[in-house]
Amino acid sequence: MKHKIFFLLTTFTILTASCAESPTPTPVPTEEPMAKPTEAPATLPPEERTLTVMTHDSFAASENVIAAFEEEYNVHVQFLEAGDTGTTVNKAILSKDSPLADVLYGVDNTFLSRALDEEVFEPYASPLLEEVPDKFELDDQNRALPVDFGDVCLNYEKAYFEENDLEPPSNLEDLLKPDYKGLVTVENPATSSPGLAFLFATIGHFGEDGYLDYWQNLVANEVKVVNDWETAYYTEFSQWGGEYPIVVSYGSSPPFEVIFAEEPLDEPPTAAVTGPGSCFRQIEFVGILTGTPNRDLAEKWIDFMLSPAFQEDIPLNMYVFPVNENAELDDTFVEHLSIPDEPATLAPSLIAEKREEWIQAWTEEVLR
Amino acid sequence: MKRVLLWLLPLTFLGLFYFYPLGSILHLSFARGEGNLGRVFWEAVASPTVRRVLGFTIWQAFLSTLLTLMIGLPGAYLFARYRFRGKSLLRALAGVPFVMPTLVVAAGFNALLGPRGWANTALMAAFDLTQPPLHFLGTLPAILIAHVFYNTTIVLRMVGDFWSHLDPRLEQAARVLGGNRWHTFREITVPLLTPAILASALLVFLFDFTSFGVILVLGGAGFATLEVEIYYQTISLFNLPMAATLSVLQLACTLALTVIYTRLASRLSRPLDLRPQEHVQRRLKTWRSRLGAGIIIALLLVLLISPLFALAARSVTQLTSSRTREGSVAPGVTLAFYRALSQNPQESLFYAPPTTALGISLGYALATVILSLALGLPAAWALARDKKSTLNQVLDPLLMLPLGTSAVTLGLGFIVSLNRPPFDLRASPWLVPLAHTLVAFPFVVRSLTPALQSIRPNLRQAAAVLGASPRQVFRHVDLPLVGRALLVAATFAFTISIGEFGATALISRPEYPTVPVVIYRFLSRPGAMNYGQALALSTILMLAAVGGMLAIERFRVADVGEF
Repeated sequence: MKHKIFFLLTTFTILTASCAESPTPTPVPTEEPMAKPTEAPATLPPEERTLTVMTHDSFAASENVIAAFEEEYNVHVQFLEAGDTGTTVNKAILSKDSPLADVLYGVDNTFLSRALDEEVFEPYASPLLEEVPDKFELDDQNRALPVDFGDVCLNYEKAYFEENDLEPPSNLEDLLKPDYKGLVTVENPATSSPGLAFLFATIGHFGEDGYLDYWQNLVANEVKVVNDWETAYYTEFSQWGGEYPIVVSYGSSPPFEVIFAEEPLDEPPTAAVTGPGSCFRQIEFVGILTGTPNRDLAEKWIDFMLSPAFQEDIPLNMYVFPVNENAELDDTFVEHLSIPDEPATLAPSLIAEKREEWIQAWTEEVLR
Repeated sequence: MKRVLLWLLPLTFLGLFYFYPLGSILHLSFARGEGNLGRVFWEAVASPTVRRVLGFTIWQAFLSTLLTLMIGLPGAYLFARYRFRGKSLLRALAGVPFVMPTLVVAAGFNALLGPRGWANTALMAAFDLTQPPLHFLGTLPAILIAHVFYNTTIVLRMVGDFWSHLDPRLEQAARVLGGNRWHTFREITVPLLTPAILASALLVFLFDFTSFGVILVLGGAGFATLEVEIYYQTISLFNLPMAATLSVLQLACTLALTVIYTRLASRLSRPLDLRPQEHVQRRLKTWRSRLGAGIIIALLLVLLISPLFALAARSVTQLTSSRTREGSVAPGVTLAFYRALSQNPQESLFYAPPTTALGISLGYALATVILSLALGLPAAWALARDKKSTLNQVLDPLLMLPLGTSAVTLGLGFIVSLNRPPFDLRASPWLVPLAHTLVAFPFVVRSLTPALQSIRPNLRQAAAVLGASPRQVFRHVDLPLVGRALLVAATFAFTISIGEFGATALISRPEYPTVPVVIYRFLSRPGAMNYGQALALSTILMLAAVGGMLAIERFRVADVGEF
């Protein structure tokens, strides 16, 4: 019995190893006739070209906005969704020898260093960067260019605090008050992107020396941890059927409660806590993938993404906000969105260096 | 020689779309590590975290499988031995959980057992409590019940369909010879059923063993399986050597388990006289059989159907009024979410109306059914023909490996391997049915093999002696006998494909979203209309799944109906 298993394991290992090392996949009869047409000569000038843009799975845009770009440059834009942000970055890294696309959009500041260290991007100093405030430009070599930002902030259900005659929280320290015992739900930073951003907010605000104490006190104040934003927001948050009137979500969630309300609302039923240092800002970037044969088109695409036409289309499609100062916001946002003046920040290189350590320390402190 | 020919197609497929991508990503991952492979591996296995995770993974899978069998076997008996009205519908409904995305299922459980769910509200009202008495989400029972909810249909179908063809005369003979009911069951029925029970238990265990969504969403932050840990190491930390080590560990467990299974199964299976269902099934006549059937049906309804019902009910309920704390406003009924599904206010590029998404899902499902049957039938055939051969003993466990493989590992494997013409499939829409087929293929093989093995060789020989060509033998002897098993296999392939999300999310093209992909798009956004539309589309997915399964059952009448 034992040596049989060993035999099987060896066979399996040899099989996989030989597959992995062989330069071509197992030959099948169809290989030869199919290989030739793919080596077609370069396309003729008037013919439509294709630009491939790899994105995370939250990417969305209006059809007419993209169509305008396609028409102007006689190009077909092919989008590839690669999963969540982390998966997208990993795919770009693993395929850098034969890139899947010409452009990658969707790396955020929590994954930026990983992408830059692995050299997946070529630098491109777009002229439109002039319209973007410096605080968004995190890569001084312009390999990754900022496109949009969103803040991860505490949200609360207004009705709960009115009915219970309670002051809503205004910063992170408030959550430790006895009044808020058992009222807060957050996401696990190991499995959720807003959860990780909120952990970063506490590290940015309380410092590397202080954040674990803060979390220890949060646990003592009966904070509820779940694995994903969907569960926190739609299951635990009291706005949607749970018991917790305070939840970690996005600064933009309240205006979207108005836009996607069942019946028209004058006021959002929820509000975001945007006091100094209580939110963490996620900035998303675009870059040209190293080795693209379509560098000219890729540059045009990046200019387009930074132009007001695309920038103004961002909020209603992707729930994040433009970095271009000249892009104007929809009225609903002007009215109901509060953008934090002083979000907590952490350098991407520090995040790359400490991510694992912080998450593990958090796990030990909060979950064990 | 002929055996090798049968294996050619399935093995080429697995080699190209499973072993090659998997080998590539493991090779690349270990190459990124420092130090030698053995040390990386040993450090991982020796770490207390990994051991704890592995221990929990096995423990919860074991408990879940046991519970699933306890619920599934009585149900299988009912479906196998009795005819009653609504049976097809009940069986199709019991299969619906299989296609439902985890987040949506969690919403269903929450509507029933959550802090403000029906059960807690009723209990609080009845006993005048201020706090909800039931805490369900985030506990081990939530994980176990969710696994039972998802996987009972595997036992119902695989064991039930095999059982429904067991010759009842064997049991009758035992009874005539003086065996009592229990004795007959233990000595005759159970041994005859064992191959099917083992096959279904293996599949259920592997599904629970590699559980991801249920653990994350229903188990919550306190629980992690190997699959969850692999995802965390790969995506969050990009620690590929560690992720690869854990993947290999998971594969080794899968392999060990399937080797044990293969040994047991080859010892226990025997040729049988399978009988057409009408000779086997009775009506529910006595009050005892009616009572028993009533209890089993009630159990299935509560466990498998009630969360689905709660979900469907929520999709037509106004959500906003339900949050009024005083309960002053009775929640109204609305079809607004269904109407909104066909609107695209942002004129979004990747918007897919529900009919389109459904069409795409059904198209992929059809491709998966055809592909997995075309590959699974010859493999099952080869396995059943000569189960003692060394080739089969080696190959059989390998076929099950895709079920024990982490989706994120294999997804990245596609990226690093299928990257040269003619196999630059990394961005091809074909990747979706190919990935679904990898999951469906082991199901097809496991559903078909017990039926094929149980055909007496002398039936075939008799037909051959009487002048039938091998094709005629297959058409007139084998096909009618395994027709039912073929339909079970097709149903599995269909439901696996239509509900698959984890792998699909990694490889699907945004302009061809499947229904689960669209559901997740809605769920990941704030606002009542988004949540409501996710529930509405889930309900549509449920109905489509029931429709699809009933349609496959009908197919039987047209094709192998004589059986």
